[in-house]
Amino acid sequence: MSLDLPLVWAAILAVAVLLYVLLDGFDLGVGALFALATPEERDVMTASIAPVWDGNETWLVLGGGGLFAAFPLAYAVVMPAFYLPIMLMLGALIFRGVAFEFRAHGRRSGRRFWTFAFSAGSITAVLAQGFVLGAFVQGIKVHDQAFAGGPLDWLTPFSCLTAAALTLGYALLGACWLIAKTEGELQLKARRWARRLTVAVAVCMALVSFATLSVNPAVTARWGVSMSHIDWSKLAPLSPAPLLGGLALAWLYLTAGRDQTTYAPYASAAVAFLAGYLGLAISIAPYVAPYQLTLWDCAAKDNALALMLVGVVIMLPVILGYTGFVYWIFRGKAKAEHGYH
Amino acid sequence: MHLDPFIVSRLQFAFTVAFHIIFPAFTIGLGSYLAVLEGLWLLTKREVFRNLYLFWIKVFALAFGMGVVSGVVMSYEFGTNWSVFAVKTGSVLGPLLGYEVLTAFFLEASFLGIMLFGWKRVGPGLHYTATCFVAGGTLFSAFWILSANSWMQTPAGYAVEHGRYVAVDWLKVIFNPSFPSRFAHMVTAAYLTTGMTVLGTSGLLALRGRATEESRTMQRMAIGLVAILAPLQLLIGHESGKVAQAYQPTKVAAMEGWWDTGRQPTILIGWPDDKAETTRVLLQTPKGFGSWVVAGDASAELKGLKAWPKTDRPPSLIPFWAFRFMVGLGLLMIAVGLGGAALWASGRLDRSKLFQWAALASGPSGFAAVICGWMATEVGRQPFVVFGLLRTADAVSPVAAGAVQASLAGFMVVYAIVFSAGVLYIGRLLVLGPQPSEPEPDGHPMPVRRVLVTSTEQGA
Repeated sequence: MSLDLPLVWAAILAVAVLLYVLLDGFDLGVGALFALATPEERDVMTASIAPVWDGNETWLVLGGGGLFAAFPLAYAVVMPAFYLPIMLMLGALIFRGVAFEFRAHGRRSGRRFWTFAFSAGSITAVLAQGFVLGAFVQGIKVHDQAFAGGPLDWLTPFSCLTAAALTLGYALLGACWLIAKTEGELQLKARRWARRLTVAVAVCMALVSFATLSVNPAVTARWGVSMSHIDWSKLAPLSPAPLLGGLALAWLYLTAGRDQTTYAPYASAAVAFLAGYLGLAISIAPYVAPYQLTLWDCAAKDNALALMLVGVVIMLPVILGYTGFVYWIFRGKAKAEHGYH
Repeated sequence: MHLDPFIVSRLQFAFTVAFHIIFPAFTIGLGSYLAVLEGLWLLTKREVFRNLYLFWIKVFALAFGMGVVSGVVMSYEFGTNWSVFAVKTGSVLGPLLGYEVLTAFFLEASFLGIMLFGWKRVGPGLHYTATCFVAGGTLFSAFWILSANSWMQTPAGYAVEHGRYVAVDWLKVIFNPSFPSRFAHMVTAAYLTTGMTVLGTSGLLALRGRATEESRTMQRMAIGLVAILAPLQLLIGHESGKVAQAYQPTKVAAMEGWWDTGRQPTILIGWPDDKAETTRVLLQTPKGFGSWVVAGDASAELKGLKAWPKTDRPPSLIPFWAFRFMVGLGLLMIAVGLGGAALWASGRLDRSKLFQWAALASGPSGFAAVICGWMATEVGRQPFVVFGLLRTADAVSPVAAGAVQASLAGFMVVYAIVFSAGVLYIGRLLVLGPQPSEPEPDGHPMPVRRVLVTSTEQGA
């Protein structure tokens, strides 16, 4: 049997990262929206994500650990290249992660501090991920199979744009989650947030899409789009991805305001993210360290990939099963007193 | 001292891993303890076990949260700071860490939600299952990470291809020579850490006149655990030492402060000096005793550090003293455990103020012993990151020194804040102690918390 193990592993990690974005995205987004809510609403907001955030963040560990395990060379090139934003993300995740518990234990000033830490930590973590995303798309300077750039290479106008876009996108996921999990005044607020954020995200996605075409000729060639000329034979087969994104956002804008809808806005936002993600995959595949090293250049030894594939085939359905089960247990509207003891 | 990225990366890794290890060391033991408590509550329906469960789960939630967030850091640091290590060992260690995520992290993280917030949402059977899964998850996690770390101490089952390590026999990789004894040593250490913390808390409550049936019960449970495990740990640690002598004799020589080859003494107090290549001895046994302890034969000729070139020796001061502190703390635990058991047997336990003071004073000894043990074993592995194969100096990432200095400074600030707050909040819980009617989580918020008017009430 000749299974292309590196390709299989690229697909597994792509799914893990997508799940991370869709799941931790909403709980980071809820944190990003914290500043706009009243103290009472904040308790409901944390109660809506407290039982699941830890599982959500584990997909990030699978992403990092999986990259190390399946593509050690990519891990070794990418991590040093994004040293500072990754450290920033880790520090921010520490603050917002402990804040779940600490908010409940803090007295007056402590509670205020951890409320701020939760909000600022969530926003900083997303911004850092957005910087990494932008810098990743722009490409990494590689020499002799190692990172050869400077410590601030990741900071560019393009990565600032992707950082802003991702933050707004996570906030949108968060608002959609709150529509599903809350009721009354807070839900009305969440609907307003979701509609405004949908417009902002649509603008950002368009800007990022056009800017992506200018960052690297390889991307332009793949989409068949340049400043002066459009090659429809290339663009047409790929066009479902951006079209899907546009439709999903339009649907989201319409449904977010309707009283009866609960999960439809979140589902639409997830589809919009999926579309953006597919567009990204089209732009950079098969590179795992754009545009220098492909997934086959970076893959671990086949017997390592095979051993882990056995683990994934057995464990991933189990993990998805009990993750779904936990979400089902905590279904329904969140109440403040459901949260911390 | 010139602060190049290598030195700063080492400092940062030592700092972040030492901070991280505190929490798993506690939650591995506490997870199992909670499973025991909830099992006893379901079995006997005695309120005291329910109250103890609901008390310790609050501590667990705080410690677990800090363990999770400081652990995420570790999974990225291999790449950010040790990228050459990552490339060279990825095909061997990657799957072990991958299995840790797949079999342990998701299990813990998902069922923790049910454990903390599901008390009133799910039936007692399912809640107990969640507790057991979380406890099991902490042990699975320890299994894989100890396997990976042990491979770095005693690599086996590998071959070298294009300068990178690949596995030729996975069972030999996973169950490498030092893994069984080191895994047993670490899990026992985690149980002892929890036992000593529980014991110390019960001592504190007794001394403050706040002893309850709950605190007396947990004190007896902790004494039982420590009285059995602390002596056993001495034997397990000894096994681990014998494996180290067989595979990493430089580490043992550094821990023992031996420089010359011959029949070795056991140095009790001394000051090893790498420059002078000698240990200034204050107190030691006759020659041959050290050989007997390590090799089981008083006439065994064991190598001293001078038998290896200077470039292959670990620095000796840290392993030497960290090892002595660890063993000393272990002996203290044995004394407290056996002393407590004797008092319990003679019915004088609750009246002995001296014992309650000893319990309180030795409460943090498990944490200190774990940190000392890790310092001894990790510094003892130097100058290699994978013993005998890959030098730590050759494993570092091509990152700018300024970036690493900035991140280390950042971690120090962040961890100082998080640690102080965590200690404060855990401390407040411990000082209060378990109450005769612990409030049930979910639906019964504590008085300090605001009770929100739900939207239905608002609408009415």
